[in-house]
Amino acid sequence: MQAFIIRRLLALIPTLIFTSIIVFASIRLIPGDVIDLMLSQNDIATGNDRARIEQALGFDQPIYIQYFKWLWSALQGDLGRSLWQNTPVTEQLAETLPITFELGLLALIVALTVAIPIGIYSAMRQDTAGDYIARSFSLLMLAIPSFWLGTLVMVFPSVWWRWAPPLEYTPFLEDPIKNLGHMIVPAILLGLSLSAVTMRMTRTMMLEVMRQDYIRTARAKGLGEILVVVRHALRNGLIPVVTLIGLQAPLLIGGAVILEQIFVVPGMGLLLLDAVFQRDYPVVTGVFLVVGVGILVINLLVDLTYGFLDPKVRQQ
Amino acid sequence: MGSPLLDIEHLSVTFRTDRGEVRAVDDVSLHVNEGETLAVVGESGSGKSVTALSILGLIGDNGSITNGRILFDGADLTRLGKADLRAIRGDRIAMIFQEPMSSLNPVLTIGKQVAEPMWLHRDMTWDDAYQRAGELLARVSIPDAAQRLNDYPHHFSGGMRQRVMIAMALACEPQLIIADEPTTALDVTVQAQILSLLKNLTRELNSSLILITHDLGVVARYADRVAVMYGGRVIETTTARNLYANPRHPYTEGLIASVPSLDGNPGEPLMTIAGQPPDLANLPPGCAFAPRCRYAQERCLEAQPSLEAVSEGHLRACFGYDHV
Repeated sequence: MQAFIIRRLLALIPTLIFTSIIVFASIRLIPGDVIDLMLSQNDIATGNDRARIEQALGFDQPIYIQYFKWLWSALQGDLGRSLWQNTPVTEQLAETLPITFELGLLALIVALTVAIPIGIYSAMRQDTAGDYIARSFSLLMLAIPSFWLGTLVMVFPSVWWRWAPPLEYTPFLEDPIKNLGHMIVPAILLGLSLSAVTMRMTRTMMLEVMRQDYIRTARAKGLGEILVVVRHALRNGLIPVVTLIGLQAPLLIGGAVILEQIFVVPGMGLLLLDAVFQRDYPVVTGVFLVVGVGILVINLLVDLTYGFLDPKVRQQ
Repeated sequence: MGSPLLDIEHLSVTFRTDRGEVRAVDDVSLHVNEGETLAVVGESGSGKSVTALSILGLIGDNGSITNGRILFDGADLTRLGKADLRAIRGDRIAMIFQEPMSSLNPVLTIGKQVAEPMWLHRDMTWDDAYQRAGELLARVSIPDAAQRLNDYPHHFSGGMRQRVMIAMALACEPQLIIADEPTTALDVTVQAQILSLLKNLTRELNSSLILITHDLGVVARYADRVAVMYGGRVIETTTARNLYANPRHPYTEGLIASVPSLDGNPGEPLMTIAGQPPDLANLPPGCAFAPRCRYAQERCLEAQPSLEAVSEGHLRACFGYDHV
């Protein structure tokens, strides 16, 4: 098992290098570079300034030289400094990552607590009114983009009840209740959009599993339906659902970027968005590196969960 | 001998399918006495498995018992509430299924699966039930039984898994064990071991056994009485010994003749029964076997023969032309 984890972690390295090359290059391909922006915001715009700034930031060198320089310091744990704030990127990431992580985790909890029970219910009551309602709800959640739902949640309650979701961020350690009060609305929106596919997958898998011979064996032993479902069916049914959750990780992060913007959550999403608009190259590259690691780690966790759920995998 | 342990009276079971209502079991009456082994013989689709599953109420959502009673120790199983039926399943009546490879849950340990009925019905703690599960595995001759409690089904071969299924069925020392083609999926060499094991253990417990099979060889060795099913009906029932010596239904006769025998002439082709088993969704109006019966007469195509005694304890459903 340890060897497996180490192997998987080593396999991260080439993927991360590849990711960083793409991010490093693509952010520089966006029209309008950082120096244009800097000059446009200051009155000191002359041709001389431009050359001087380029030189100071190292942009006068060929892009591959820039990349290797970046890579070299990245390997030493230094992701460069923000071009605007002049703070280390690692510091900014350390500040924002836990916030986005919290949002993602809350969203995942919401998604699973909604999707799995409803998916099971839907399968057990196949083709009844309850099943149709659950399935329609999941389709609706799949179809409605969370940014639109987010906007509705911001606008309508304030018009109807003069209430709006709180938009003031408080660190969790300072005041957990206030923090959750702020985070819970975006987490629910993000969680609901994730729950749609998971719910349908849970339903499909439970229907499949409930037809298996070993379920008949469990019933023949005299087990009640709840024990049949919880003890005999669920673990078998969840194996593919876990894969799906892993595949949804990018969706989770993408959704977080947008919802952080709407609900003013100072997480990595907001950091990324600002950095992209400002062409803050080191910050963008740094955020994507973290996102890449995040997605790969989630997939590693998914594989480890397999081992927990499926004894055959555990052995190999 | 008093009343039988299990008495099925005029049982009919229908299934809703895409092709309309299918009557899988039609007016079946069977009984099993205490300590007795009854073999139910027939081809696939003859209704033997459905009969077995309806005893435990496991025929699924699209099937329903439309007529008849299933008396077990005096109580009608078809009228019991869900909870009462569950209390009987696995405790007083246990079932062994055909497919040992898929009948065990792949993600639960063998120990947990064997211990489960005792935890459920005997109010044992998991620890006690585990210990007893180890003893049961030893009893079904699984080597190193106590060590194998923590293994998963994929660590076991088909024959070993069927032993596990038997251990599970015996866990609560049931009065009746239903074995639905327990050896069909196994190697021939393993079949005899499993059946002997099953037979010996049921004898030790003085349990009754319903052995569902399509193998007449199995019937001869292990059963006390036999019911032959065809097209959802019982067409002949008698003692196992008498069935071979004196078959009185043309179908039974055909079945016995088609079993290869050591005394037969080498090179001589095996007897077969011409034609196909009947389509249950589209049964002929008369005797279901008539289209394949070499003694069939006009009357057989029009009316259905009922089960009648030809001698003490020997019933058959045939208009009784002197074919044998």
